[in-house]
Amino acid sequence: MNIHEYQAKAVLKEYGAPVAEGVAIFSADEAEAAAKKLPGPLWVVKSQIHAGGRGKGKFKELAADAKGGVRLAFSLEEVTSHAKEMLGNTLVTKQTGDAGKVVNRLYIEDGADIERELYLSILVDRTVGRPAFVVSTEGGMDIEAVAEETPEKIHNLPIDPDTGVTEANAKQLCDWLKLDGVAREDGMKLFPILHKAFVEKDMALLEVNPLIVMKDGRLRVLDAKVSFDGNALFRHDDIMALRDETEEDAKEIEASKYDLAYVALDGDIGCMVNGAGLAMATMDIIKLYGAEPANFLDVGGGASKEKVTAAFKIITSDPNVKGILVNIFGGIMRCDVIAEGVIAAVQEVGLKVPLVVRLEGTNVELGKKIINESGLNVIAADDLDDAAQKIVKAVKGGA
Amino acid sequence: MSILVNKDTKIIVQGLTGKTGTFHTEQALQYYGTQMVAGVHPKKGGESWTSGLDADAKLPIFATVGEAREATGADASVIYVPPAGAGAAIIEAIEAEVPFIVCITEGIPVADMVKVKARLEKSKSRLLGPNCPGILTPEECKIGIMPGSIFKKGSVGVVSRSGTLTYEAVFQTSNAGLGQTTAVGIGGDPVKGTEFIDVLEMFLADDETQSIIMIGEIGGSAEEEAAQFLKDEAKKGRKKPMAGFIAGRTAPPGRTMGHAGAVISGGKGGAEDKIAAMEEAGIKVSPSPAKLGETLLEVLKG
Repeated sequence: MNIHEYQAKAVLKEYGAPVAEGVAIFSADEAEAAAKKLPGPLWVVKSQIHAGGRGKGKFKELAADAKGGVRLAFSLEEVTSHAKEMLGNTLVTKQTGDAGKVVNRLYIEDGADIERELYLSILVDRTVGRPAFVVSTEGGMDIEAVAEETPEKIHNLPIDPDTGVTEANAKQLCDWLKLDGVAREDGMKLFPILHKAFVEKDMALLEVNPLIVMKDGRLRVLDAKVSFDGNALFRHDDIMALRDETEEDAKEIEASKYDLAYVALDGDIGCMVNGAGLAMATMDIIKLYGAEPANFLDVGGGASKEKVTAAFKIITSDPNVKGILVNIFGGIMRCDVIAEGVIAAVQEVGLKVPLVVRLEGTNVELGKKIINESGLNVIAADDLDDAAQKIVKAVKGGA
Repeated sequence: MSILVNKDTKIIVQGLTGKTGTFHTEQALQYYGTQMVAGVHPKKGGESWTSGLDADAKLPIFATVGEAREATGADASVIYVPPAGAGAAIIEAIEAEVPFIVCITEGIPVADMVKVKARLEKSKSRLLGPNCPGILTPEECKIGIMPGSIFKKGSVGVVSRSGTLTYEAVFQTSNAGLGQTTAVGIGGDPVKGTEFIDVLEMFLADDETQSIIMIGEIGGSAEEEAAQFLKDEAKKGRKKPMAGFIAGRTAPPGRTMGHAGAVISGGKGGAEDKIAAMEEAGIKVSPSPAKLGETLLEVLKG
């Protein structure tokens, strides 16, 4: 689960990380009052969307030469005029896709005098199974480009979960980031704080880009991107309260209510599959036969009839879907349960597009019998290959 | 031969009394007499469990893994405990020095697995999973949730990050007349116990395993590391015919595809790099998940 920058900074501030003062606003009317709470004379007005590249992003509704999603303001009037231009408009960045994201929130922040921009992130390094710091002196830019062009400037430090960040670890990070004097003192305090926040809040990613050294030599978290391990949210009600559903796909929210793993995609063949690997492989085989999947959907191992019905409804609610492929290899999942769920869903929402069903595994004969006797217009498939060819043919043939 | 489990393996069930634990223990008992020997439940020690499929099939329940192991001489444990308590259940099994621990549970917080991994490294236990379908040696032993009916005793070693794709590989190799020595699901989580390399090493060492199917997916670099391992072993003259598949060629970057570990992040973990690494290590990678058996047959024919 992702949260906004201003929320991430509030979480880090609780742990004692140095962040600028700031106020989040939802309408332009609040802009002046928000800015007055901050010292000035420089303010930063930042779009709050769940995507990076905001500074270089462009607003769809504004002229091509208009400023981007992160703007400096040198007066209270300027803060308000920026807020009016940004709120309610659609920001398109490298990470949003062409559709962009509507800016519903702004963060007005106290400006900073930047001396140097650094990069810092923490994420779990799966090769060692531990949280690891990734740091670089090349902050403020796309870290993937740094990794590509100058990989020697990126350093990785896994942290032993039994000790946390040791003094030696913190010194190492300071050395890599070339911190000295007061910045080094700040760093020695900051690194253990960030690691503690990462572990205690079950973060999946904590990215500070940039971490800045200011003209007065102090460190500051200038931007913060935090996402959380979805499997651990059950123990963090405070974090769950930060969820912004307007940032998420409506179908994905609906799916999450039924504990379905669903990802919306751009194609026209809806898929319902059990198992994440098979669900991905089903997308792949659709593509192999020349069509595009409309979604990833894993109904999971022990899906009930209700869950299958919900999954089917989510798939059919996507207007792009021109055909549906149900691909089940039952282990725990029984084919008869899938068959009943599909039939219940079709009876409820109707079937306006071709449906191919491939069943294999536990109770397969019973499942096939239920489908065959339902009187529904279902195309049965013998195996995965057959299923993929049949649905692609049905969709392409009908076009 | 087989790897890791056979007809002599004695298994404890952590989370036996729940719906999932009960269902799969009933299935395991019916699979060629897999030796399920006890259940563990902190509050139900001293009670017993009866299979719904066979009133004579009863298992004693112990309060701790340690007691269960001492009383039964079990050398393996399977865990069906819900996600919030599964990490602690694995640690309990490690502390009871269970040699082989299989965790089926999906959705364990990564932070909990980081703690498990640190304990595991200081122990003699091997962990398979979590978020995996388990392991099955045909006609001998079934631990976990794989459907026994699709297996056939034979010569192919199967190792996979995905449960249902394991079933595809098993089903297709059974239909091709090859059968399996052992099928191992290593699981879809980013932090886990057994990796591809561990299983490949065992398959290379196992005389009855004459060929191997390896199924990976996007995310991480375990497939690339496995490919490097296979290349290094081949230089020492250890090599077996292999077919493979990578799921997620069409997955968009930055999105987690069901499995917590299946995500292309920072331009890394994409399918094409993995396929290239595997091909370079001599694995014939099938473009279609429906042609795993066929692809392996082609490799075997040369």
